[in-house]
Amino acid sequence: MNDILVSMKGIDKQFPGVRALNKCNFELKAGEVHALVGENGAGKSTLMKILTGVYRKDGGTIFYKGNSVDIPDTRTARELGISIIHQELQLMPDLTVAQNIYIGREPKKYRGLLTDEKKLNEQASALFAELNARLDPKAKVAGLTVAMQQMVEISKALSFRSEVLIMDEPTAALTDGEIDDLFRVIEQLREKGVGIVYISHRMDELKRITDRITVMRDGCYVDTVETSGVDVDDIITMMVGRQIYAVSRPDITEVSEEKVLEVNNLSRGTAVKNVSFHLKKGEILGFAGLMGAGRTEVARAIFAAESPDEGEIYVHGKRVRIKTPADAVKHGIGYLSEDRKRYGLMVDMDVKSNISIATLRKYRKAFGWMKREAIRKEAEERVAELNIKTPGVNQIVKFLSGGNQQKVVIGKWLTRDSDILMIDEPTRGIDVGAKAEIYKLLDDLVSQGKSIIMISSELPEVLRMSHRVLVMCEGRITGELSREEATQEAIMKYATMRGDARVVAGQG
Amino acid sequence: MAELGKPAANAAAARPAAVLKAGATQKVLAFASLIMLIVVFSLSSENFFRFDNLIGIMLSTAVIGVLALGSTFVIITGGIDLSVGTVMTFCSVMVGVIVTFWQLPIPLGILGGVLTGAACGFISGWLVTKMSIPPFIATLGMMMVTKGLSLVVSGTKPIYFNETPGFSKISMATLFGIPSAVFIFFGLAVLASIVLSKTIIGRYNFALGSNEEATRLSGVNVTFWKIIIYIITGIFAGIAGIMMASRLNSAQPSLGTGYELEAIAAVVIGGTSLSGGRGSILGTVIGALIMSVLTNGLRILSVPQEWQTVIVGGVVILAVYADILRRRK
Repeated sequence: MNDILVSMKGIDKQFPGVRALNKCNFELKAGEVHALVGENGAGKSTLMKILTGVYRKDGGTIFYKGNSVDIPDTRTARELGISIIHQELQLMPDLTVAQNIYIGREPKKYRGLLTDEKKLNEQASALFAELNARLDPKAKVAGLTVAMQQMVEISKALSFRSEVLIMDEPTAALTDGEIDDLFRVIEQLREKGVGIVYISHRMDELKRITDRITVMRDGCYVDTVETSGVDVDDIITMMVGRQIYAVSRPDITEVSEEKVLEVNNLSRGTAVKNVSFHLKKGEILGFAGLMGAGRTEVARAIFAAESPDEGEIYVHGKRVRIKTPADAVKHGIGYLSEDRKRYGLMVDMDVKSNISIATLRKYRKAFGWMKREAIRKEAEERVAELNIKTPGVNQIVKFLSGGNQQKVVIGKWLTRDSDILMIDEPTRGIDVGAKAEIYKLLDDLVSQGKSIIMISSELPEVLRMSHRVLVMCEGRITGELSREEATQEAIMKYATMRGDARVVAGQG
Repeated sequence: MAELGKPAANAAAARPAAVLKAGATQKVLAFASLIMLIVVFSLSSENFFRFDNLIGIMLSTAVIGVLALGSTFVIITGGIDLSVGTVMTFCSVMVGVIVTFWQLPIPLGILGGVLTGAACGFISGWLVTKMSIPPFIATLGMMMVTKGLSLVVSGTKPIYFNETPGFSKISMATLFGIPSAVFIFFGLAVLASIVLSKTIIGRYNFALGSNEEATRLSGVNVTFWKIIIYIITGIFAGIAGIMMASRLNSAQPSLGTGYELEAIAAVVIGGTSLSGGRGSILGTVIGALIMSVLTNGLRILSVPQEWQTVIVGGVVILAVYADILRRRK
């Protein structure tokens, strides 16, 4: 099978202040899994949004099965047979699986007056049989796991007889077993002659599943290579176009014995159970565990984003009562959420407003007048210090790449002089090159005497960054590992240790 | 997300300040429509472009305009205040109580009116933040409560300011033939614009509308600032109430219902987004002027009152649609 399904040639796209795509090429054959890789901001999503009709291209040509086509909107794309499965799944949680798949195309009865639920469910069942998917058409989507929801999306795409399927970071929220299942489905689709565009940051997956890899960098097309002919380092080098910060940490900075934060018996509902730990000055304390282990909830409880049921918190040895995030900030604690756009940034506002939002009171003159010049200066300092790539402090944050957005959030807390930072998934959605920069930044911060709680689901990241690792499972801390003891195996052992012996008897 | 179009967004990106950017094109569009309306009406009737008629337009803009200025603040947070019209009435009734019933000096009456507005705003803000009642519902309740209170306090009868001749000067004193209400409106517009762009209240205002949760997690006391913003809206309603009472030389307790919607319409025509985070005072001023130019022009062209309402309604929908179109492309 070597027929070319899609061929994009010389695609240009301009956004305000940014040239998003500069003469980009991309080609997809039938029955091929084609990886599209590049740092965030490299233009992968933009290119795919043009292919699916979300954006209109400014220049270049798209050929579909050999014919030049115009894709002005998403419906046209779908009618051509091009579907996309977004990282954030787009399903209606209160409808059933079958209702979601055939939304807007329900089979009707009584001259179209009523929907034919029976036929609807039969159609969905037939679709699942074809895919060997174990899904119940009548199940409510809200009750499904992420992996199952993803199958619903895939089924929906295929119900349109799609021949091109774009998957954006499909494994981001899946467990290893679920990833295996997903790859089996991809394998089946490949055999059916579906062309699959696979966007991912996970290099090992690319080697496993893809046939060819197209690399993009800074809105430009770099190269397309056969997966079998390259190794991971080559791809990374093509992606970043420069040497990246070494994977192993050069040397560990000294950690003092001074405890900056101490948490005793913190509990909140079933998510956080009797959590006690301390954080030392100049330390990166890694929080490892599987998704849903309660790590984020611990951070949010300390920060009073959701108030804990009980627990004592000491900052610099003094007992503090944190009732609101504002209290936490006053005590020098900063929280960086894994979901930056939802909890960390005002994406429609500019860089300087975002950097100064936690500090505005400092810039208040009489009658609430702002020292705008001082705000601008401080923001510019932060941009220089953190090497934030932006045309200026007046740039709207949503036009920055993920890595630079993360730096803006870090900049916000540095401006506030927070000395305890709780960083949740510091490099989620951030590409390889920017990742290294964030790592270096965190290293620098602790060597300047800041202390960091780092929650991460990426084991290599935990191992590389942490001075000490706490492992959580089902709301409890199940293990503490020194840097020397911390290995992937040891962490996984504790991460799956349910109902641990360390738990104080008589609780929960 | 970044669904900004080419020409519009590029033009906007050239502007320096973030907040200005978003609304710039809409404002240009709104301003162009205003000019166009004035030109069309001037050509259609020689009675339109005359000094006294233009002053009449300004005067009729003033009260709704002040309400709209106040509403802009709440709407930028992504909230809404449906009570501004009846709060305005309640404030004018309170001024009547203080000045006419209690026979206290006019300045105290003014103070009382403003404080009444602030108190109503505080209650709305408190309901929205502390009680977590959606703004629509909380202010709908306040709208009915203040409407009822106006009637209760006044004994359902208008309160006249016949014994305090100075009172009508607040709105109707003239300078170069222009009534003071017009100056108050433009003065407040400048003040509101400064508050929104140069003070931390304004910055928090946009931050709340942009992403309230991120603002809260940045350690900002969201509850406090939101209540402040509702109080600001209430104060503007109070001032509008004083202006209204002065202009009519009486507090009319049954007036005011429906004013809130006209104020919201003016805000929306001016390009402020009901979903929050985006908007400007200049836009609101233009929006308010468009509404009164339209009403006035149609009246001069002898379009019946009922049809005027139909046309103004159409214009509101058209204005918002134009904004959506621009945003999509």
